[in-house]
Amino acid sequence: MHGDLEVDFLASSTRALANPQLRTNFRRAMDGLMAKRANLFKDPAEWAELRALGAAVRAQSLARLPELLDRLEANCTRNGIQVHWAETTDQANHLVLKLLQDRGARTLVKGKSMVSEEMGLNAFLADHGIEALESDLGEYIIQLDDETPSHIIMPAIHKNKDQIARLFSEKIKHAQYTEEVDELTAMARAVLRQKFLEADAGLSGVNFAVADTGTLCLVENEGNGRMSTHVPPVHIAVMGLEKVVATLEDVAPLYSLLTRSATGQAITTYFNLISGPRGPGELDGPREVHLVILDHNRSNIYQDAELQATLRCIRCGACMNHCPVYTRIGGHAYEAVYPGPIGAILTPQMEGVGVRHDLTHASSLCSACVEVCPVQIPIARLLVRLRREATHALPESLVEGRGSGRSALESLLWSAWAWAMGHPSVYRLSAWCATRGWGLLPAGAPVLRAWTRTRTKPKAARRGLQELARAKGVPHV
Amino acid sequence: MSEARAAILGRLRRAAPMADAPAPDFTTLQVRRWEPAERLVKLRQGMALVKAEFLEAGPEDWPRVVADFVVREGLTSLLYGPDTAEGRALAAAWPAAGPRLVPYDRPVEAFKTELFQDLQAGFTTTLGGIAETGGLLLTPGPAEPRLLSLVPPVHIALLRADRIFDTLWQAIRSLGWNQRLPPNALVISGPSKTADIEQTLAYGVHGPKRLIVCVVAS
Amino acid sequence: MVPSGEATGVREVYFYATCLVDLFFPGAGMAGIELLQAAGVRVILPRGQTCCGQPAFNCGYWEEALAVARGQLKLFPRDLPVILPSGSCAGMIRQHWPELFRGEPDEAAALGVAGRVFELTQFLVDELDLRLEDLGEPVKVTVHTSCHALREQGVADQPKRLLRQLAQVEVVELARERECCGFGGTFAVRQEALSAAMACDKADAAEATGAALVVSTDGGCLLNVGGTLERRGSPLGAMHIAQFLWERTHAR
Repeated sequence: MHGDLEVDFLASSTRALANPQLRTNFRRAMDGLMAKRANLFKDPAEWAELRALGAAVRAQSLARLPELLDRLEANCTRNGIQVHWAETTDQANHLVLKLLQDRGARTLVKGKSMVSEEMGLNAFLADHGIEALESDLGEYIIQLDDETPSHIIMPAIHKNKDQIARLFSEKIKHAQYTEEVDELTAMARAVLRQKFLEADAGLSGVNFAVADTGTLCLVENEGNGRMSTHVPPVHIAVMGLEKVVATLEDVAPLYSLLTRSATGQAITTYFNLISGPRGPGELDGPREVHLVILDHNRSNIYQDAELQATLRCIRCGACMNHCPVYTRIGGHAYEAVYPGPIGAILTPQMEGVGVRHDLTHASSLCSACVEVCPVQIPIARLLVRLRREATHALPESLVEGRGSGRSALESLLWSAWAWAMGHPSVYRLSAWCATRGWGLLPAGAPVLRAWTRTRTKPKAARRGLQELARAKGVPHV
Repeated sequence: MSEARAAILGRLRRAAPMADAPAPDFTTLQVRRWEPAERLVKLRQGMALVKAEFLEAGPEDWPRVVADFVVREGLTSLLYGPDTAEGRALAAAWPAAGPRLVPYDRPVEAFKTELFQDLQAGFTTTLGGIAETGGLLLTPGPAEPRLLSLVPPVHIALLRADRIFDTLWQAIRSLGWNQRLPPNALVISGPSKTADIEQTLAYGVHGPKRLIVCVVAS
Repeated sequence: MVPSGEATGVREVYFYATCLVDLFFPGAGMAGIELLQAAGVRVILPRGQTCCGQPAFNCGYWEEALAVARGQLKLFPRDLPVILPSGSCAGMIRQHWPELFRGEPDEAAALGVAGRVFELTQFLVDELDLRLEDLGEPVKVTVHTSCHALREQGVADQPKRLLRQLAQVEVVELARERECCGFGGTFAVRQEALSAAMACDKADAAEATGAALVVSTDGGCLLNVGGTLERRGSPLGAMHIAQFLWERTHAR
């Protein structure tokens, strides 16, 4: 989606940092989410065991992915769920459009789906005269304000109460201004209840798909997912191809890891298992269920044994909740569908590392995300790997856009560095120069300037450690 | 479209076959077990935390307990599935001059507006419950349609105290859900809620605002 | 010639200074050596030390990182622990040398060193069970342990355990103590504004403790947080933990 744009994380993050309201909102929100998660993972042994199980389930599912997708399609079809495949988001959009147009659908009510954000579905459908209405409260809020989600679980997390109150009073018919959360919620409920009733079709994502039974698992708290998938006559589900596991039993640990990692809940309000449209004798439910399986470069990510771990993600958001970078700039500054640490590894691989290698540097490699990832994705490691891919066009690599982030200057710098560090005498000479001539370098010199804007210039000591040690008779063999 | 399928599966199959990842070890889930009496306590704790409400009843008097609740709360109607043993028991015990007991016995298209605007409560049975986290297991179907537990603002669910599983994982295995599932199955743990507005909890967003669990002692 | 460790039963270690300590905190490096010596360890400081290769590795320039690491690997021929006054560099060697050297002819040697590398406080506590006696005046300190020390080298509470042995030292935890200070090596230059914001928050958190000193296991963090504090004229000082421990336990 962002493939054609000149996006610059450095610029967008710098802008975000200068917004005190944004920083306050996110700091408070992330502190809250971190505390909620910690509250549900108090026992370190249990956390270790459950995440090892989660990682193993995801790893095994990925190892068998083509077979599982095949089986998923067969069982879904047997159940009456029609399966469609899309290589690109463009194909997916057209598939959904055709399904809607063929049925004369003018309105689509949506449960929450990050894949549909990847597709840019709402805008695409609007261009074709079909109204796509968000029903998840957070998504509804940002749709009213013509924004994109800033977090994969809590899309409106960047907004505070009075911003939402103002938005509702401006955009909802007959709405009185109120900052009472219960009243705001009731307003949204009333509006959206009518939409569920009237919509020609409903769209959802898929949290997990079960190959053995042809089942789509949906995790939610509000009930809008069930509404969107049970009330309209047609239900369309869109899913990234990596989401399939073999059995419902495999889902159990992932579900627990997801709810606890995402919102600090032992269980969500609803855990909804859809294995078919309205069955014989059933009095409600959709007449048709469709599953659109989206690739969008996942199959390329899949082919790299190391980068494949990116696909383990269960979209819990814990990584971004714990990220010192995300906390300070929020999701919009990434200018990507998926922000935060998972976005930093996923987006360059989806959109091309040449276009989005800026995101591979959106990290100090602190690994706070690695510590909390429920499926043990080595995010920091993959960031370094992607930095390598961005700067080196390696023949055996499959990463899109590899090498196109290479800078001749940087390459030269590292060669010079390697030469100096490979010759201890050169290193010692440079060190000596630093201690003597260091003071001559103005604080405003390039490279130094970035440092000295907010810090004093580092002072090289007059005598290095080798000198001190020699004076004290420390042996060197 | 089948081109897309072939291309996608082709790329996936072209990946170097990786050593099949080691079989996941489910021990950590297996060991989560409680005594039968404890299971109800744990379930109630988990669900009370998320504002589910509880009624106590015995195997004979639960229909009256449910009816009394509906009357006491001033609810004017209760939607239910007439074609189950529990449905028949409920109807048999229903007060003559009481709130409307409405059978869900025709396709939803026939009464969608009434369902969405007028009916104040819905009654369902459950397959059982989950001790570890709280939660009720349901398989909506011809006898008890999906919207019964979703659209009316109050959902009354019947839970038999001796049908509580230790964990979701154990329930899945015991119910045979690894092998076969109906078109819809679900777990419900409480009334609908959201924290999307400044992470402040609000109840009754799109699903029911109240979940009443009528626990039937064994 | 000094007799070899095997013959006399004296424990021997290599000490790897790391470029930041060598250039900016050599006193702390010396303090680390002297702490080890005071515990009866024979410390060997090989000549020819430059860099563990981390900066190039983190930027994806692995050939350059390997070339430099290879040269450094040769400095540790004997099967002795390698002690570093830096959690970050220790983490680099422990976690990433195995990756860098995979399939290389000297892979076995690299794996060997990676398996024997320790951050200084780790070694002092876990291997030497060092006992310390405080000779200093009462002081309040706070601690910043680097992300790499915590998450790559597996340093847990060893720095605090050493500090808590000092009777006149009150250790106060700073808020969000596990959060990154924003150094991140090249991150400080590439993401200037983010790094500054993180350093600022860390400096604020350190100041809010009311401590007189913030001590750290890592030179990069010290330059970052210490430099931020100094720039704002803060009374809060910053010191490498090795230097602090040495000064508290040995009259100057």
